Amino acid sequence: MILTRIALGVGLLFVVSLVIFWATELLPGDLATQLLGQSATPETVAALRAQLGLNDPAPVRYWAWLTGALTGDFGVSLANNRPIADLIGARLGNTVFLALYAAALSVPIALTLGILSALWRNSIFDRMANAGALGAISLPEFFIAYILVLWLAQTGFFPSMVRINPTTTFGDRLYMTFLPALTLTLVVTAHMMRMTRAAIINLMASPYIEMARLKGLSPLRIVLRHALPNALAPIINVVALNLAYLITGVVVVEVVFVYPGLGQLMVDAVSNRDIAVVQAIALIFAAAYIGLNLIADVLSTITNPRLMHRR
Amino acid sequence: MGFAASVTLGLAGLFALAWVLRAGARALLTGHSRSIASDMPLTAAFGLLVIVIYAFVAIAAPLLAPFPERDIVGTQFQAWSADHPLGTDRIGRDMLSRLIYGARNTVGIAFATTALAFVVGSLLGLWAALTGGWLDQILSRFVDALMAIPALIFSLLLLTIFGTSVLSLILVIAAVDATRVFRLARSVAQGIVVMDYIEAARLRGEGAWFLIRREILPNAMAPLVAEFGLRFCFVFLSISSLSFLGLGIKPPTADWGSMVRDNATLITFGDVTPLLPAGCIALLTVAVNFVVDWQLYRASGLREATQ
Repeated sequence: MILTRIALGVGLLFVVSLVIFWATELLPGDLATQLLGQSATPETVAALRAQLGLNDPAPVRYWAWLTGALTGDFGVSLANNRPIADLIGARLGNTVFLALYAAALSVPIALTLGILSALWRNSIFDRMANAGALGAISLPEFFIAYILVLWLAQTGFFPSMVRINPTTTFGDRLYMTFLPALTLTLVVTAHMMRMTRAAIINLMASPYIEMARLKGLSPLRIVLRHALPNALAPIINVVALNLAYLITGVVVVEVVFVYPGLGQLMVDAVSNRDIAVVQAIALIFAAAYIGLNLIADVLSTITNPRLMHRR
Repeated sequence: MGFAASVTLGLAGLFALAWVLRAGARALLTGHSRSIASDMPLTAAFGLLVIVIYAFVAIAAPLLAPFPERDIVGTQFQAWSADHPLGTDRIGRDMLSRLIYGARNTVGIAFATTALAFVVGSLLGLWAALTGGWLDQILSRFVDALMAIPALIFSLLLLTIFGTSVLSLILVIAAVDATRVFRLARSVAQGIVVMDYIEAARLRGEGAWFLIRREILPNAMAPLVAEFGLRFCFVFLSISSLSFLGLGIKPPTADWGSMVRDNATLITFGDVTPLLPAGCIALLTVAVNFVVDWQLYRASGLREATQ
């Protein structure tokens, strides 16, 4: 069961790497002419073609790119000829740090809010939480980010720009990245909370919960001991999906806070049309996305014996 | 916090106006349209009102705006005054005028993109469901593979390849969103193509285009219309995000996303002006969501079930 799912995930990743690579082949003409523009001389085009290895057939180039990527060698940037692995190196760590930070904030908040609003269904608290969630989903990330800057950075509580260097201590880092992490938290909490609430309310209608209620157990105990374990599978799924969503949210938020992460690097690379860097980062993001979905499926299979021993 | 108060007051005013209009509609209309108006929740009335106002501003932009969209009419970063109600931007263009023209540019481009994504995605989806077999398999697996890449990341990849212009922005976002529309249209149509009347039409010898147009589409309309609203929100937000990142609609064209980016430095000085375009984006998304919520509620027949 689990092994087939993992094999499927790896297969999907392979297909996605194909898509990312072949996207460049979609161009009318070729990449070199496209990058240099109409006015380029044939010599410069030929030179760039040689540099990009465009003279090899596509499958050969794909194989070289994929095997390189697997060993951490993504080739060189088209913009400044530096190895992409060097460009990505520290930034990957920063982005992972920010995403984990946001996850550590948002998952407990979302689960607590979700459980509480399921417990006090249709109360004022539930309505407020739901309205807030709907609102937060509709707002662009940069809007939330700038409102936080206006309220929290303007008043001097937190810095509005993140300057990280190797000497920064862990505590300082937590303090400096608080606003970006909080922005991401606000963006993903809403969806997680609503799904947690829906999963628990769905279960609360089942007969064994009614039995527990008739035994006279307290509502909190019913939710925590009886409903929550069975709601774990959908909740894990939603948490993983939202962590995967953090990956795209991170791009905008990093730009707002001038955070030295992968998202910022990718945006710069897109405006420079540095396709090699963009492909490398897209592959990393897609791999993380597929990996998180894979982990979600595996975990929800493990938590549910019925899925574990199907047929 | 005078600004927060005036925003709250403005929203409350809009809600009150929506309430009055709904009451007016209940009193004046008759028959079917009256029954629609009478069970419309206040949030939906508010959403409709906001959408109508945006549409009006977008159409009448040249009449409403005090200055042309691209003209430099003052010094940079002027404060709010009688001449420039919302001040001026980074190079001295009138903020209010650009905000008004932004309704036309940003919303118009988002609307065109959604429409394109819809035509392509739903036609392919309906066709795949109708034909089945290998065509369905190829299209569905292809869409699955594309959807395994996060939408924003895939858009960024495509924008690198095709370059950042408004046309490529529209095409790229439409292509990415068409995959989502395809999924929905296909799954809706799959429930319809097994119906007897489709079989009957097939036996009559009707072609695929007739079946899609006359038999499937009318029956798949309700979920597709709701999806159009939701999709518009997603497209609108992703276009704004890309413009904010400097990869979408670019100055001098007035656009809400890039206006935020251009004037963001003001925020660190405690000026709220750069937040106004972002607020315009947020208000429209919330309004569309309210209306979609109401439509889904009506389509699902929940109202009848509870009565």
